[in-house]
Amino acid sequence: MELRDQIMGIVDEIGNSEDKLIEILISVQKKSEHHYLSEQSLILIAELLNIPFSKVYGIASFYSMLSTKKRGKYVIQICNSTPCYLYKGKEIVNMFEDILGIKMGEVTQDGLISLEYTSCIGACDQAPAIRVNDRVYGNLDRGKIYKVITSIRRGEL
Amino acid sequence: MSVQVTINGYNVSVEEGTSILNAAKQLDIKIPTLCYHPDQIVKGNCRVCVVEVEGMRNLAAACCTPVKEGMIIRTNSKRVRDARRTVVELIMAGHNQECLTCVRNGNCELQDLCSDLNIHSVPFDNVSERLPIDDSNPSIERDMSKCIKCGRCVQVCNCIQTVGAIYNVGRSSLMHIAPAFEKPLNQVPCVYCGQCINVCPVGAIYEKNDVDKVLDVLEDKTKHVVVQIAPAVRVSLGEEFGMEPGSIITGKIVTALRMLGFDKVFDTDFAADLTIIEEGNELIDRLNNNGKLPMITSCSPGWIRYIEYFYPEFLENLSTCKSPQQMFGAIAKSYYAEKEDIDPAHMTVVSIMPCTAKKAEAVRDEMKSCGYQDVDYVLTTRELGSMIKKAGIELNELREEAFDVPLGITTGAGVIFGATGGVMEAALRTVYEVVTNEELNNINFTQVRGLEGVKESEIPVGDLKVKVAVAHGLSHARELLERLKRGEAEYHFIEIMCCPGGCIGGGGQPKPLTNEIREKRIKAIYEADLGMPLRRSHNNPAIQALYDDFLEQPLGEKSHHLLHTHYTERKKYELNV
Repeated sequence: MELRDQIMGIVDEIGNSEDKLIEILISVQKKSEHHYLSEQSLILIAELLNIPFSKVYGIASFYSMLSTKKRGKYVIQICNSTPCYLYKGKEIVNMFEDILGIKMGEVTQDGLISLEYTSCIGACDQAPAIRVNDRVYGNLDRGKIYKVITSIRRGEL
Repeated sequence: MSVQVTINGYNVSVEEGTSILNAAKQLDIKIPTLCYHPDQIVKGNCRVCVVEVEGMRNLAAACCTPVKEGMIIRTNSKRVRDARRTVVELIMAGHNQECLTCVRNGNCELQDLCSDLNIHSVPFDNVSERLPIDDSNPSIERDMSKCIKCGRCVQVCNCIQTVGAIYNVGRSSLMHIAPAFEKPLNQVPCVYCGQCINVCPVGAIYEKNDVDKVLDVLEDKTKHVVVQIAPAVRVSLGEEFGMEPGSIITGKIVTALRMLGFDKVFDTDFAADLTIIEEGNELIDRLNNNGKLPMITSCSPGWIRYIEYFYPEFLENLSTCKSPQQMFGAIAKSYYAEKEDIDPAHMTVVSIMPCTAKKAEAVRDEMKSCGYQDVDYVLTTRELGSMIKKAGIELNELREEAFDVPLGITTGAGVIFGATGGVMEAALRTVYEVVTNEELNNINFTQVRGLEGVKESEIPVGDLKVKVAVAHGLSHARELLERLKRGEAEYHFIEIMCCPGGCIGGGGQPKPLTNEIREKRIKAIYEADLGMPLRRSHNNPAIQALYDDFLEQPLGEKSHHLLHTHYTERKKYELNV
């Protein structure tokens, strides 16, 4: 019942009309330890807002900030919009994959870190840039990437 | 207010707000389209209809650009032709081009477009993915490798039917159309109406093909194979053979079915007449004995799945009558089998239906009351068309033959089941005369006919003014049920058909299907009614004989057992939090 109460609370606060859907999806995902929208939470949102489940899923699948798959506790999002992509974006991806031992779109075995792309996060001046949960890190190189991953693993982030 | 525009050098005056596409039509200029459908909200996502507008930097999509005073438009410049070609080539690159073995071969909007635009090769690599075909259910298959993402199916499912089984998933080049979490259709609240099939421009969605199963059983000499054809089939099958929409070809279909090897060719109209007797008496019984009102018709299996999923609180309002298809099967395997001394175990009942949901209805658990599955195989109108072509039967030239007796003896009341309002009208013809013992002066209840979404009327029957409503297309059914829920409307009897226009607009009907074509088929249905010597179900001598010799009385014990059924609430999804 914990999930139900949590989602009902969010819907009560934001409102249950269709135009509130995205706001609700973001809030529900924020409460999820693994930064995702589970099937059950999407069904409940569909029910409370009286919207087809397929549409709720479709909209959740549209935005890269929302996920319908379980992610790591820390989500590393690598920007692949034009400036970051052109300025070493691919190298950054290779480094993360190499250090973490996972491919883009995967989660580390301990469930701690997941790796994915994002579209522009507004840090073009610091390209190549990434976002880890809500924080942005720019001007990345191998050294900085090690630092970020180490602080995640030590629980310092 | 009207505005003047110039298209390809010709002036035309059109209403303000008209799209460039429709303005061009007035000059007999066809702008090619793909995602555009005349009965849907304009989407403007395929960009096939781009045109050049003087003073605009970019090309404009003709379907969603309204004309403005003085606009100078070119629909056939080199720039336009090149852009259109590239758009189609890009669509082709993401499309599984196995055209020769495709269900839409020869009747495909993308094929036509390539032909019209003179495209003979595609410069891009093909990137279409061969995904598993969803064949999880008895009615509809989806092959997403053929999908061109026009969005018509999403719109018909969400807006016209308000079912919402599918939606756009993902974004950009990864966008595709799917149920939530990519589930197969049998795990989501799909009603199997097949309206998505009717609007799909390509071969991405189609009915589950049962033609080979029927051909096999026709080879089996130990089987007595009978066939029934639904009312709507006789006014639409001709379109598969290039005839005008609304051509009435009942006699030709009978001949073709006989040539295909069916032992007896019968008519669902017979069972429609039977439905009227049972359902009419059920209404009278509910009116007289404080039964649950309003009573709602139960002929349309897409509608039945819809109410089971979305409005289970109204299940008691449904008539308990099986649909004509199922009544036919039950009577064929009991009364007819007994009369002709045929072992029902060796009888096969095949239906030709305008409908994909009928395939799922036939295999419902409760449709076995005669001891056997009432109906064994269901073919759509389109499948019958392909079966006739395969057999080399030249339908256009064929002589006309008559149905077999007794299950081919019918009335005009049975025919009109094929159009929205038809069941209501047929029921009123009978209920009025049974209740009042007087003959109706005018049996044409024109107020319940036509394509208006919800139709209402009050018909005096004896002392009672019977309040009726008719809805077709599930969004209109929803509108009506919501009004009932809010207590804003009160009726005695409601007819609901799942598909817009009723069965003539069913998901198994010839393509293309637009409202313009629906109108023509509906017109033909009422013409067929006028052409029948008998037009009231209770005057059907074969029905009278059925009651005298077998059923004894409407709503009697045998009727209850063979002709009536029950419904079950269905869960849209498993919610366990």
